Amino acid sequence: MIEVHDLWYSYNEVIALRGISLKIERGEIVAIMGENGAGKTTLIKHFNGLLKPMKGYVKVFGIDTRKATVAELSRRVGLVFQNPDHQLFAETVEEEVAFALKNFGYPENVIKKRVEWALKLLDLYDLKDQSPYALSGGERKRVAIASILSYDPDIIVFDEPTVGQDYAQKERLAQLIKLLWSRGKTIIVVTHDVEFVAENFPRVILMSRGKIIADDNTRRVLTNLSLIKKAKLNPPQITQIAFELSDLGVPKDIMWIHEARDAILRLVGKI
Amino acid sequence: MRILEGFEFKRGNTIIHKLDPRVKMFYSISIFILSMIFWNSIILLLLFVSILPLFYIAKVSQKFIRTLQGSIFLIILIFVINYFTLGIERALAMSFRFLTIIACFSILFLTTYPEDFSEALVKLKVPYEFALTFTMAIRFVPSLAREARIIIDAQRSRGLELDKGNFIKKLKNYIPILVPLIVNAIRKSIKVAEAMESRAFGASPKRTSLIELRLTLKDYLFLIINLIVTLLLIYAKYYLNIESYFPLLIFFS
Repeated sequence: MIEVHDLWYSYNEVIALRGISLKIERGEIVAIMGENGAGKTTLIKHFNGLLKPMKGYVKVFGIDTRKATVAELSRRVGLVFQNPDHQLFAETVEEEVAFALKNFGYPENVIKKRVEWALKLLDLYDLKDQSPYALSGGERKRVAIASILSYDPDIIVFDEPTVGQDYAQKERLAQLIKLLWSRGKTIIVVTHDVEFVAENFPRVILMSRGKIIADDNTRRVLTNLSLIKKAKLNPPQITQIAFELSDLGVPKDIMWIHEARDAILRLVGKI
Repeated sequence: MRILEGFEFKRGNTIIHKLDPRVKMFYSISIFILSMIFWNSIILLLLFVSILPLFYIAKVSQKFIRTLQGSIFLIILIFVINYFTLGIERALAMSFRFLTIIACFSILFLTTYPEDFSEALVKLKVPYEFALTFTMAIRFVPSLAREARIIIDAQRSRGLELDKGNFIKKLKNYIPILVPLIVNAIRKSIKVAEAMESRAFGASPKRTSLIELRLTLKDYLFLIINLIVTLLLIYAKYYLNIESYFPLLIFFS
């Protein structure tokens, strides 16, 4: 589905990606993590052709991204940018969500149906006639997401979707990701939020200084202290507690609350 | 938006960087005035070419080339509009004039530290508030350019094709980029004002400055040469009628 081979990219003198290789299959949910400046956003901008490889190649659905336009690729790879204020411009929420559909040349009746579907999915239908600028931060973010989901891309890439979101919004996002996944979508999320990843993602790609330093099962990545420190992250708090208690026999590879609960109860002899 | 790159300050240590900002301002304004009084396309082209060595000396040619690439669309626009309204001679003159103006201000902004700018303006008796507003506007340019790049990426990801369609459609394509850019800039300026007030901006009427500007020998030298050349050219224009010696449309006759 997405195949990246020995990808190099640099901005003027700064090398951002140094030989990235990876494969993402249809229906996967993948988190890309790493410190600021690790190259995460640069990498995902290659998935819809915004950036073209300087060396190596990126293939999406078998198409070399150098041979396709951003518009062609975007139709199948939806990229949700971090800050909704970088894209909202229309007079109403409805028009904003219809923007991409119009650009891709869908007929009027299809646009109407898709927009309605996307607005309802993100609980924005009551706000459809409002100006996007009049909405709260969380609502604006949802409009941005709706404007991508409306045209039903096969791959959906989120850049830092949890930044500045409260707990309820994050829960909602997690549910949305699961819903999209159940409809056969491939989901890629760039994030720093280890708890969010531990709870929702089976696979993590860990990046540092333009290289992939780990690409594995989430538990193996997030409970590997030396690896995760290398990417300037902290393990999930539950895992940190397990580390602290490891002298007493608590296993170190705990990531979920119920696992910690069981391990601690076992420790105090209640199970 | 690449046109903005030529107006982002770049730290450097060349002789152009070290010139007093007032001298550089005087230079840019002289070139600007000269480019406005001449209507001969050959002279305007020569004026433009005369600025180019400065970019090389200041080691900022790369940035300026990008600005030129970014301004191609505007130059074509200027040429076409003038071609249909004023004819080919004026169209060429206007295009070269535009290039000259970009170049003379670009060298100023590329090589002058923003703080020096406000200091120079204060020395020229501009009230501090205005000087600060001016330098902050310059400071905004790099972040505005960065923001513009992100917005373009975001809209292209939603299927926007900037160079699609006829001329009117092409202009319309920029609406989804300009609206967020302007709205964000206004929002940011409100935030900056709040941040400044919370750091007691304007609390004491008399300010002291960290940087003291002083004209050195090379500043005076540059200033004098600049003044002489400018006056000579103005003299040549009005008293020697120099423009008649350069046949217009040399390329086409």
